[in-house]
Amino acid sequence: MLTIKNLRVAIEGKEILKGINLEIKAGEVHAIMGPNGSGKSTLGNVLAGKEEYEILEGEILYEGEDLLELSAEDRARKGLFLGFQYPVEIPGVPMVNFIKTSVNEHRKFKGLEPLTAGEFLKLMREKKELVHLDSQLTNRSVNEGFSGGEKKKNEIFQMAMLEPKLAILDETDSGLDIDALRIVSDGVNALKHPERSTIVITHYQRLLEYIVPDHVHVLYQGKIVKSAGKELALELEEKGYDWLKTHSL
Amino acid sequence: MEEQDKILHEVTSQEYKFGFVSDFESESIPKGLNEDVIRLISAKKNEPEFMLQFRLDAYRKWLKMPMPDWAYLKIPPIDFQEIIYYSAPKKKPQYESLDEVDPDLIETFNKLGIPLEEQKVLAGVAVDAVIDSVSVKTTFKETLAEKGVIFCSFSEAVKEHPDLVKKYLGMSVPTSDNFFAALNSAVFSDGSFCYIPKGVRCPMELSTYFRINAAGTGQFERTLIVAEDESYVSYLEGCTAPMRDENQLHAAVVEIIAMDRAEVKYSTVQNWYPGNKEGKGGVYNFVTKRGICRGESSKISWTQVETGSAITWKYPSVIMMGDNSVGEFNSVAVTNNHQQADTGTKMIHIGKNTKSTIVSKGISAGLSDNSYRGLVKVLPGAVNARNFSQCDSLLLGSTCGAHTFPYIEVGNKSSIVEHEATTSKIGEDQIFYCNQRGISTEDAIGMIVNGYAKEVLNKLPMEFAVEAQKLLAISLEGSVG
Repeated sequence: MLTIKNLRVAIEGKEILKGINLEIKAGEVHAIMGPNGSGKSTLGNVLAGKEEYEILEGEILYEGEDLLELSAEDRARKGLFLGFQYPVEIPGVPMVNFIKTSVNEHRKFKGLEPLTAGEFLKLMREKKELVHLDSQLTNRSVNEGFSGGEKKKNEIFQMAMLEPKLAILDETDSGLDIDALRIVSDGVNALKHPERSTIVITHYQRLLEYIVPDHVHVLYQGKIVKSAGKELALELEEKGYDWLKTHSL
Repeated sequence: MEEQDKILHEVTSQEYKFGFVSDFESESIPKGLNEDVIRLISAKKNEPEFMLQFRLDAYRKWLKMPMPDWAYLKIPPIDFQEIIYYSAPKKKPQYESLDEVDPDLIETFNKLGIPLEEQKVLAGVAVDAVIDSVSVKTTFKETLAEKGVIFCSFSEAVKEHPDLVKKYLGMSVPTSDNFFAALNSAVFSDGSFCYIPKGVRCPMELSTYFRINAAGTGQFERTLIVAEDESYVSYLEGCTAPMRDENQLHAAVVEIIAMDRAEVKYSTVQNWYPGNKEGKGGVYNFVTKRGICRGESSKISWTQVETGSAITWKYPSVIMMGDNSVGEFNSVAVTNNHQQADTGTKMIHIGKNTKSTIVSKGISAGLSDNSYRGLVKVLPGAVNARNFSQCDSLLLGSTCGAHTFPYIEVGNKSSIVEHEATTSKIGEDQIFYCNQRGISTEDAIGMIVNGYAKEVLNKLPMEFAVEAQKLLAISLEGSVG
């Protein structure tokens, strides 16, 4: 599904990712953990095609294709989804119009007809239930005036609408209370599929009690310093990131 | 979006039901301006004496006026003696087929969904068939005539209804009003006249919205709309298709008069050629639009979507004379590349309990400058007057400018005037968010801009609103790199 080879990335001349290697197979859930500033969000943004980054070296293959050659919108249309850490507000654009445009752009790319109004509304109702999204929210402007929890639910709702092949969830747990965390995790788990892979970027082990990863990687100072099974998350929780400093040296 | 495309297609593929064709002379006169030229214009149009006097009076006033320089605009010098003030409006075909026309223009036509035959006319390609149907025009006129509504070209009105013209011409925009209004009054070639008799609700939206004929409206256009007691009319002017014109200077005047409890809605979509990306060429548009609420409880509203012109100088205004009368101004003004716009409104409160609302949405991109200039004036007698103004600016990129010049003069203590203003920027983060959901940058900008301007677009009649939405997106193409 995704192969990252020796990826080095800089922003404004400062190297953030210093040689990342990662292999993700279809159906797998990978967790990327690490302290603040270790480069977790950068990795997510680079995969999604945000432009401000400079790729110094390395390659990324997505379903055998050179991902770095694709525009951000084409990556999305080919099934790569980024759940944002800080979802952006777009005043004046109703959520329902936004997601309808998005769904139909994805369909157009696949050579499918746009959904009829009826089909779309049915799909939307179904997916909203999945994350217990307040049905009024989709009539409001994109993320405008949404609470922190609503914004995150809205990300998972969009993911459910778009059914991506590779979902990258950037700090989806931040700012969520325990109930919202459970709802969001249930949503993610319900979307588990043998053909769908997930990268969960998180600071805390807490989320991984709900979304159980197949692999855990620890990103530290721009490098993956340790990879193991789900037990690594618990070990980190217990020993803290300081443990890594000695460990990685 | 698809649904809108469909509507757009339907709208643009139908014939222009509401158009009329003016009879234009095919000769022209030498360039330059003096009293003889004005006499010649009036004579060629077979005008009655009062029209000639109106023109001469305006001309003599114009001679004493300086060109206004207070707007936030850089206006290149204009030589008024180099202009031909009366010329054959009918353009000769410039091309034999569409293949010879600038492909950029054709692409824009296609994006707007303009049918092929119309594209030919707009681009100046020879066409065989007459597109306008005479029978459609006649049916339309009959329907209006039954109600007593007069809707015709200005020249026709001068011939057929001289008393009405004499009574109302210059009532809301006097010849001495400003430099460009005086010039227009002296030399205007033609325009539209609309009269709604007492108690009549005009059965259809009146429109000079005839892309085909618009080529002939000329550079000094004059519109006069009179709504008698208890009447109502919605009037549309303009064109979403890009209009190219060899005349660089345009100075139109629109006058509206609303009597007791009458309501006039005036909507404009304007897309004159803005010049190329380097700022060469483009139309200079100096327009005076004013409505006067003469009657009590009358209402005049201006709604405009401005995307064109190299220079826009335009302040559709309302004078609220009658007690309880209402003025409204809703505007979206887009500037891109090297365009400059200084536009806004004047709301003059004279009557008691008069109310006005101003919603102005400026969008600037490229190297353009976009200014809102508005005056809210409450006279001492206008007790309990209310005004609410909202002036928002949206910036794309960091090389454009947005400016707001509000002027407020309140002459009594019982009136309330509120002014709100915001400035925002389309962020790269917003664009990236849309990209990440599979929406291209251009579509994203179109969506965000339309969301921003929605409040004003919603005031437009349906067929106009859909086209205006497309137009906003097209006007901003390539403005975020």
